[in-house]
Amino acid sequence: MNPADSLRILPEIILTIVGVLVMLIDASLPPGMTRRPMGWVAAVGTTIALWASLWQLNLGTGTGFFGAVETSPFTVFFHVLICGIVLVAILLALDTLPEESHHQGEYYALIVFGAVGMCLLTSAVELLVVFIALEISSISTYILAGFRKRTAQGPEAAIKYFLLGSFATAFLLYGIAMIFGATGTTQIYEIAQRATGAQNHSLVVLALMLMLVGMLFKVSAAPFHVWTPDVYEGAPSPVVALLSTAPKAAVFALLLRVTYEMLPSLRSIWAPLLWVVAVASMTIGNLAALRQQNVKRMLAYSSIAHAGYLLAAFAGAGSSGIAAAAFYTAAYAAMNVGVFAVVTLASGYDEHLPLVRDYRGLLYRSPLLGILLVFFLISLVGIPFTGGFFGKFYALSAAVGGGAIALAIIGLLNSGVAAAYYLRFAFAAAQGPAEGEEPNRISLPQVGIAVMAALAFTTGATLWLGIMPNSLLRAAELAAHTLQVPPSDAPTSDTNPRQQPLP
Amino acid sequence: MNAINESILTWILLVPIVGALLIALLPDRGKLSAWIALLTAVVSFGLTLHLPAHFIVGHAGFQFEINKQWIDSPAIFYHVGVDGLSLWLVVLTGLLAPVGVLASWNAIKERPKVFYSLFLVQQTAMFGVFVSLDLMVYYGFWELSLVPMAILIAMYGRKNGPKAAIKFFLFTFIPSAPLLVAILWIYAQTRTFNFSELQILLASGSLPAGALFWVALAFLFAFAVKVPVFPLHGWLADSFSEAPVAIAMIIAGKLGLYSMLRFHVGLFPVQTRAIAPVLIALTVIGVLYGACLALVQRDYWRVIAFATLSHFSLTTLGIYGLTLTGRDGAIYQTLNDGVIEGALFLLLGVLDTRYANSQIASFGGVAAKLPRTATFFVITMLAMAGLPMLNGFIGEFLILSSTFTEISKGWAIAAALTIILGAAYVLWLVQRLFYGSESKMTIDTPAADLRLNEWVALVPLAALMLVMGIAPSIWMRAIESSVTQPQVKQTAESPRLAVGALEEAAR
Repeated sequence: MNPADSLRILPEIILTIVGVLVMLIDASLPPGMTRRPMGWVAAVGTTIALWASLWQLNLGTGTGFFGAVETSPFTVFFHVLICGIVLVAILLALDTLPEESHHQGEYYALIVFGAVGMCLLTSAVELLVVFIALEISSISTYILAGFRKRTAQGPEAAIKYFLLGSFATAFLLYGIAMIFGATGTTQIYEIAQRATGAQNHSLVVLALMLMLVGMLFKVSAAPFHVWTPDVYEGAPSPVVALLSTAPKAAVFALLLRVTYEMLPSLRSIWAPLLWVVAVASMTIGNLAALRQQNVKRMLAYSSIAHAGYLLAAFAGAGSSGIAAAAFYTAAYAAMNVGVFAVVTLASGYDEHLPLVRDYRGLLYRSPLLGILLVFFLISLVGIPFTGGFFGKFYALSAAVGGGAIALAIIGLLNSGVAAAYYLRFAFAAAQGPAEGEEPNRISLPQVGIAVMAALAFTTGATLWLGIMPNSLLRAAELAAHTLQVPPSDAPTSDTNPRQQPLP
Repeated sequence: MNAINESILTWILLVPIVGALLIALLPDRGKLSAWIALLTAVVSFGLTLHLPAHFIVGHAGFQFEINKQWIDSPAIFYHVGVDGLSLWLVVLTGLLAPVGVLASWNAIKERPKVFYSLFLVQQTAMFGVFVSLDLMVYYGFWELSLVPMAILIAMYGRKNGPKAAIKFFLFTFIPSAPLLVAILWIYAQTRTFNFSELQILLASGSLPAGALFWVALAFLFAFAVKVPVFPLHGWLADSFSEAPVAIAMIIAGKLGLYSMLRFHVGLFPVQTRAIAPVLIALTVIGVLYGACLALVQRDYWRVIAFATLSHFSLTTLGIYGLTLTGRDGAIYQTLNDGVIEGALFLLLGVLDTRYANSQIASFGGVAAKLPRTATFFVITMLAMAGLPMLNGFIGEFLILSSTFTEISKGWAIAAALTIILGAAYVLWLVQRLFYGSESKMTIDTPAADLRLNEWVALVPLAALMLVMGIAPSIWMRAIESSVTQPQVKQTAESPRLAVGALEEAAR
């Protein structure tokens, strides 16, 4: 190991230092004092980490720590995405977390530690590091999910998430053990080279299945989705904004690595499996969301459906599929964080507006929030000139390009179904309060500078991706190219996996 | 002048959006947003008039064309242009914008900011549909055109807005799913979204015919729902009775009919030929079915909804007769219907705002109270019934005569029954609403006749009905020049056609 290796994990190092710093300052402040500045420390730290990830592009593609972590346009893409989401989540929490009696310091520290795990997850190319990273991110999010511990749903959400999540991690670990048994290594490039020639092919297949279970659980794809609505309902909204996007982005990055990079030779196995999971997620998610009256449960099912659209991109061959999946992750993150930001603001931390019909008249009460809500919902439907449209467009065109026309049609029909419940929500906001009903309970939220920044950030990103998707698409394609391993029939034994050539 | 010609379409697309942003940003004070909307609409109408003024009749291909790369991968171009087919539709859309604003002047009392800004966004989306020549850009505008409509129906619906809006949205959004897949499939095969290139490529026969059949069907399905063609008209009546007047005048017809001509008949001549008999049968059924149902409705919005179904079915018949005359007639009839529906909805809106009632039975003898409204209503209804010297006649005549001489006498005779049925429901509606003894509601409710804004909007429309009926050649010249392009004429000679088109492209 040489010192330059540490540059390969620079964003993670920065985030860790910030997290520790936040905890230390939090512990040394007198009890009655406000912890809000901790949020600013975390926000600034995350911004620095974001720039550090961008700076990593100068390092060139390569691995460090004996082939344990990688830096490449692919990792930078996801690092920037995750840091961006975390930044918005912190900004959102800054103005919405209640001041007193809440462990604000810990809250920010946990978010930042979670970000460490998620970032590391995207850059790890060694399955044990993958496992550690996943644990770091999961444990932080388990605690965050239960942050409203005085409500009944809060602890329920945390415990459910923790128990089921641990099972999923165990599956993943089991898969890692199997693949180690089959190939004798846990380094992803080496596995890619050895997997084709592995004698016990069935063991590799089994390992793939187990790992898929673990990962699909984390992205809440059907049939591993049952935890999602309960957890989203119980967790505080600013946490859900994070929970529904950042860990998913990280795990999708891992899923891309495992499928396209580690086991491309088993495409004939994982592609049909993901096809089925994609169709199931979309259909189950959308149909279930149709019946929901609770906003957060509805959005939870919608996020299941979106996982399905995203998985449709995996039907795309080669880099088009990867680029589409990466693009979708970003577009989905922008609009979903946005919609949860609006929900958080309108409904407050203690969520006095749990149901769709409670949002009646939001557009008149607070035109800004109302318009943004409608905008994000329209983007989630996938209407042109919003990020959601191009996300869906690239994912499904990758699927069509890969020959999965049926999948694309199912996906689009599903987006028609999805339109029904998104619009029901949007129309509720646009409708005046019903006759004889008490004037709406929506209290005008305090929109501070941090929340303004968060809203501007997500709105800007969603619009930008809808009108000028070019730049992000290029980044996604660049990322996709670095993920491709050299064809497995190339001379293998003497190539050094640590030095991936630039495309 | 050249610089204007090369950027006019961009301006037409941008002006309404700018107006919408202005309305959204400025405070909500009195009639301010309505005035800005009116100003924007008039300016954009003025801009559209630039097109016919500088349109070169007889010039094959697209004019005022702009073609710039927007996204590299997949290669999407900002490619817009007009030809004889879309020219007058753009102008009509421009004309209906100020009409729509004036029609909403008194009707929209709450939240005018939201209404007018969405109305202007809708305007851009419709212009976009008519001028886009890149399939993805076209699809973008097509989808975009649904959103303001749906939101406006939901917000300003008369009784049950959200329900009608969701119905409308799902009916029109779900069929565009196969449309998008079809477009993507074409792109996967040809690597282009460019309309002119695709026309050549698809005619060359290099793509698998079996798949093309389904692709063409997906296109047709999306457009047929939007027109609507029988039996896909389920959304129409609800949307008509709920939509605010300014939206109802543009909700059906034009977009779907234009898209059929341009993107179904224009791109897939062989597949069109194969499916035309089915469509001819469906449209004739639609013509009669719509007319019969219009006769028995109790609510005048629903009468108009089914009358519209009947009318647009007839127009569709003109398109799928695949004759030049029929096509001319269909394009002309699309324009006519735009003008007639504009006036008609405005007038029914007058009744609706004055009496807050749409049950025909409650009316009677309104002519005594609102004589000017009655006059305009009669003119409009006669134009709709296809009285000679008014515009409805020309289009219907062209369509029916081409069907009679070139397709089938039986279908033509069946479809011609609509003239009788049409006259029946039209005259009966006029009689029940405006004449006869005065009903209790008419006597009890004080009502004012046409206001200045309604007057200003109606006069040009009524004048147009007359002029379009007497001097159709003003419009026909440009329309015919587009039809003489090789695209519909002879599909059997596709190799020659492809060569010709290639030569043209090379030039």
